[in-house]
Amino acid sequence: MAEVLVLVDHVDGKVRKTTAELLTIARRLGEPSAVFVGAGFDAAKESLARFGAEKVYRVESPEVLEHLVVPQAELLAQLVASTSPAAVLVPASPEGKEIAARLAVKTESGLITDAVDVQAGDGGVATTQSVFAGSYTVTATVTKGTPIVAVKPNSATPEEAAGAAADEVVDFTPSDAAKGARITESKPKQATGRPELTEAAIVVSGGRGTGGDFSKVEDFADSLGAAVGASRAAVDAGWYPHTSQVGQTGKQVSPQLYVACGISGAIQHRAGMQTSKTIVAVNKDNEAPIFELVDFGVVGDLFNVLPQATEAIKAAKD
Amino acid sequence: MNIVVCVKYVPDAQAERTFNASDNTTDRENVDGLLSELDEYAVEEALKIVEAGEGEVTVLTVGPDAAADAIKKALQMGADKGVHVNDAAIHGSDAIATSLVLAEAIQKIGDVDLVLTGMASTDGTMGVVPAMLAERLGLPAVTFASELTVEGSTATIRRDGDASTQTITATLPALVSVTDQINEPRYPSFKGIMAAKKKPVEQWSLADLGVDAGQVGLDAAWTKVSSFDARPPRTQGEIVTDEGDGGSKLAAFLSERKFV
Ligand SMILES: Cc1cc2nc3c(=O)[nH]c(=O)nc-3n(C[C@H](O)[C@H](O)[C@H](O)COP(=O)(O)OP(=O)(O)OC[C@H]3O[C@@H](n4cnc5c(N)ncnc54)[C@H](O)[C@@H]3O)c2cc1C
Ligand SMILES: Cc1cc2nc3c(=O)[nH]c(=O)nc-3n(C[C@H](O)[C@H](O)[C@H](O)COP(=O)(O)OP(=O)(O)OC[C@H]3O[C@@H](n4cnc5c(N)ncnc54)[C@H](O)[C@@H]3O)c2cc1C
Repeated sequence: MAEVLVLVDHVDGKVRKTTAELLTIARRLGEPSAVFVGAGFDAAKESLARFGAEKVYRVESPEVLEHLVVPQAELLAQLVASTSPAAVLVPASPEGKEIAARLAVKTESGLITDAVDVQAGDGGVATTQSVFAGSYTVTATVTKGTPIVAVKPNSATPEEAAGAAADEVVDFTPSDAAKGARITESKPKQATGRPELTEAAIVVSGGRGTGGDFSKVEDFADSLGAAVGASRAAVDAGWYPHTSQVGQTGKQVSPQLYVACGISGAIQHRAGMQTSKTIVAVNKDNEAPIFELVDFGVVGDLFNVLPQATEAIKAAKD
Repeated sequence: MNIVVCVKYVPDAQAERTFNASDNTTDRENVDGLLSELDEYAVEEALKIVEAGEGEVTVLTVGPDAAADAIKKALQMGADKGVHVNDAAIHGSDAIATSLVLAEAIQKIGDVDLVLTGMASTDGTMGVVPAMLAERLGLPAVTFASELTVEGSTATIRRDGDASTQTITATLPALVSVTDQINEPRYPSFKGIMAAKKKPVEQWSLADLGVDAGQVGLDAAWTKVSSFDARPPRTQGEIVTDEGDGGSKLAAFLSERKFV
């Protein structure tokens, strides 16, 4: 069975949920081989094995990460040449897509981004994308080279399957051309203790309607174990960090439940949340466009509705 | 400082966007188009750099006749000249082919210090053309810049990531894609609109670029759309008006759906 290369998304060996999803998808297409770049392999090995990685190609050189994405694209191109994989799967993060883009040019392969489903089809790897702000579903295939697919978070439910995770250190040196851009400083973000926005099963977002006070939105989110998002209006006002923005120019989320609080539902916001399974809104304007999308809506002031809901949820949990 | 800004002409996101049933490509004829909003940030950033020092801003688009509007808008904002690559054979091109045409056009423009692009188009929204272009041109690239300064032959960029905020430097010539956080694009002034009428716009075909028509277009695409379906519109569920019990009703709905 042909190998399927999966680029591992991790922070110092702590493997992110998207990698388990990609390994699950890879098993539909062939035999998963993880590609691990950076430090922390020992910590990562167990979870890679648990989700079915038969092999792990790894590179530990710190140089690779200092120079952004180009060395990783070169490494994958080298592995594509040596393993002739059935497909290469990367997370549809900004970095993942950039690596995929360069890899596609290097290996003369077709690239599909933001896939929400990937299956083995008659004509090879068959993908599904959600396009035009979620208003169309498109299926596509790659017709040249090695299919390269950037897969969105939450596109598969991770399924465990024991793999050998046999590791092989790859002999790899980045080219000089790969060193044209360099990270000179990196300031870590403060952790919020809440789940990652794109990975979360539940997302609660606040907009201009919060008037800058996100405390009720956060309390409600915490009662559900949810991630907190924001509309661009809230981000532009400086009320919440840009990395929490949901929408066309922020994060595209597809959780089980999305709750929009004090958000009108502009097309650019919808582009980032319309594919959520269940949508709920709290808004004091009964004509807010967000209500067109909801499974459940409350017309009311979020400062009254959310605290009451938070109390009721806490009470139900005790 | 010679800056090329890549701008895309896209169907208006506020309009009804759809596909051509005959070949599964984006319908660009029956819908109003405009300069992709996210490319305005790249144009603005180029103008700021040139205004603070010296140099010239060239806007480049690959697209059908109507794409001339995208160039016009950028010239009205203040760009110096335009290049429009227009060839029937380009219809249906995928990202790979688009990046090839852009790369050849930038080579032909020549002597470029900085290539600026938007973070993603508002129609395809792949966000991969900038990296493909950099790969083809052999340039270092920094994507998703929220801040850009150019000093001498070094570009310094701030990028806001999930885990960290990074400072990245790249040696010119380089390619930078910018986010909508980087600036506030200007509106064309009356003077700008008048001046734009006299600015030069080159029209190039594939032959002018030495690109073989067989390398682009739908038949040459390395990806193929097999089907498209309008997503059934979401049906509106229950809407309740808060009469002092809205929060409890919300909690009850969430319990019923097993979210609690
Ligand atoms: C190129 C471009 C990209 C963009 N990208 C994004 C993006 O990624 N994400 C994004 O979100 N937007 C994006 N936008 C902006 C988008 O068009 C809207 O302006 C934005 O989403 C509005 O945010 P909002 O819903 O919070 O604010 P508003 O539209 O002002 O809505 C506020 C809502 O809060 C309600 N409200 C007020 N007070 C209360 C209260 N006490 N209780 C309950 N409800 C209340 C109001 O009834 C109203 O419906 C983009 C725009 C452009 C041009
Ligand atoms: C709904 C949809 C889905 C698609 N899916 C795929 C797919 O999975 N794989 C694939 O290969 N193609 C796909 N395409 C085709 C692809 O979008 C187009 O070929 C397009 O030319 C390049 O991608 P983009 O618009 O996403 O650009 P992006 O990569 O999002 O563009 C980023 C920046 O590149 C510059 N740029 C992009 N195009 C041009 C241009 N024509 N002229 C000047 N500057 C430009 C702009 O500065 C822009 O801001 C899809 C198209 C649509 C409409």
